[in-house]
Amino acid sequence: MINVDVQSKSYGNTQVLRDIHLSLERGDALAILGASGIGKTTLLRIIAGIDTKYDGVIERPENIGIVFQEPTLLPWRSVFDNIKLVHPSRTNDAIHAMLRDVGLSGKAEMFPGQLSLGQQRRLSLARGFAGQPELLILDEPFVSLDQATADDMLSLTKRLIDKTEPTTIFVTHNMAEAATLATQVMTLQGEPATLHNGGDPQ
Amino acid sequence: MTVRAISILGLLGFWFAVAAIAANPTVLPMPQDLIAPISQEIATGELPYHLGMTLIRVVWAFALAMGLGCILGLVMGLFPTIDRWLDPWLVVFLNLPALVLIVLCYLWIGLNETAAITAVTLNKIPNVTTIIREGARSLNPDLSAMAKVFGMRKSAILRHIILPQLGPFVTGAARSGIAVIWKIVLVVEFLGRSNGIGFQIHLYFQLFDVALVLVYALSFIAVMLLVEWVILQPWERRARRWRQA
Repeated sequence: MINVDVQSKSYGNTQVLRDIHLSLERGDALAILGASGIGKTTLLRIIAGIDTKYDGVIERPENIGIVFQEPTLLPWRSVFDNIKLVHPSRTNDAIHAMLRDVGLSGKAEMFPGQLSLGQQRRLSLARGFAGQPELLILDEPFVSLDQATADDMLSLTKRLIDKTEPTTIFVTHNMAEAATLATQVMTLQGEPATLHNGGDPQ
Repeated sequence: MTVRAISILGLLGFWFAVAAIAANPTVLPMPQDLIAPISQEIATGELPYHLGMTLIRVVWAFALAMGLGCILGLVMGLFPTIDRWLDPWLVVFLNLPALVLIVLCYLWIGLNETAAITAVTLNKIPNVTTIIREGARSLNPDLSAMAKVFGMRKSAILRHIILPQLGPFVTGAARSGIAVIWKIVLVVEFLGRSNGIGFQIHLYFQLFDVALVLVYALSFIAVMLLVEWVILQPWERRARRWRQA
């Protein structure tokens, strides 16, 4: 269960978000659409607990997984360590199984710099799911990938969501991605931007 | 390796040439003329003793300057408010001549080991702090955000996310630190200690014995080159391993 109640978020004197009200149950998947620069990533950072400077209250589980636009990996640690260091309680077998799930089973000892961008994204996805999160946040994880790789990643993400059933919130510009992954699709719009699901998906 | 050997041989050749032109061993002896005094200083135990004393001071000052400088640099780089308070101090200490700090430490603390090591440490801390502060300012905020969301422990964040990013800056500070610290240690010994390479250079300077001045100076340079090749460069290679993969 996650409840988001953000009355206001400002950068200096500029208010970018207002009256954001979201309520999601376990297994819900919310896709947030919206124009570039409207505040989608800002909202995700607030929900994830990265940005704490806002007026409002958020109830979120402790166990959160996140997949950023960029892979955001530790380039100085191996593929395996990139998951193990973030999820130290996971067994080695569980991490290897997760790497197998995302098609990186033979790459465990490699450094991220030795992987293609698509493989780095897969690793980022594996890290996001490895902790079996109650809340999963995806910030345009398929952006700047070629269509075939993006489609591949999308079906992989769908498979992992179906397997682990987290509450999912993700940002995208792509309606096809939203249709594939989401149980609710909302558009962040207005100036300052606002959003509420209140049982009435748009 | 070959280039390095040729380069050192070139330097030796240059020394031969200048010594031959000077044609005065009391001003600049030939390289081979140093073999006898080196052997003699080693045989009497003078060279190892003074080398050891200087090395102890270098190690102490290096450890203190790196430790305190890294902590200060990290804190100043991560917390802008503290940086604003401490920055003027840093600028003052960065611009304070080494000689002034050495003299003041001897005057205030006394002609002892504490004063000597304090003077060298204070001379180097601002430099290490400045380098590490730059490193802390350039930390990747996305990695910190990732660590925060996944709930990584603070110790794990420091060890696996912050320190690896600071690695090149720590290496840079260490290399420039070791190069500067031993030179300042020599000045400290020259001015106020009764042992160490600096003291011996002072002694043979007063006796106008260029050969022994060179023996002591070169022996320490040799030790520092050894430190560079045996410790610093392998460490740097190891730290850079993931970049070359």
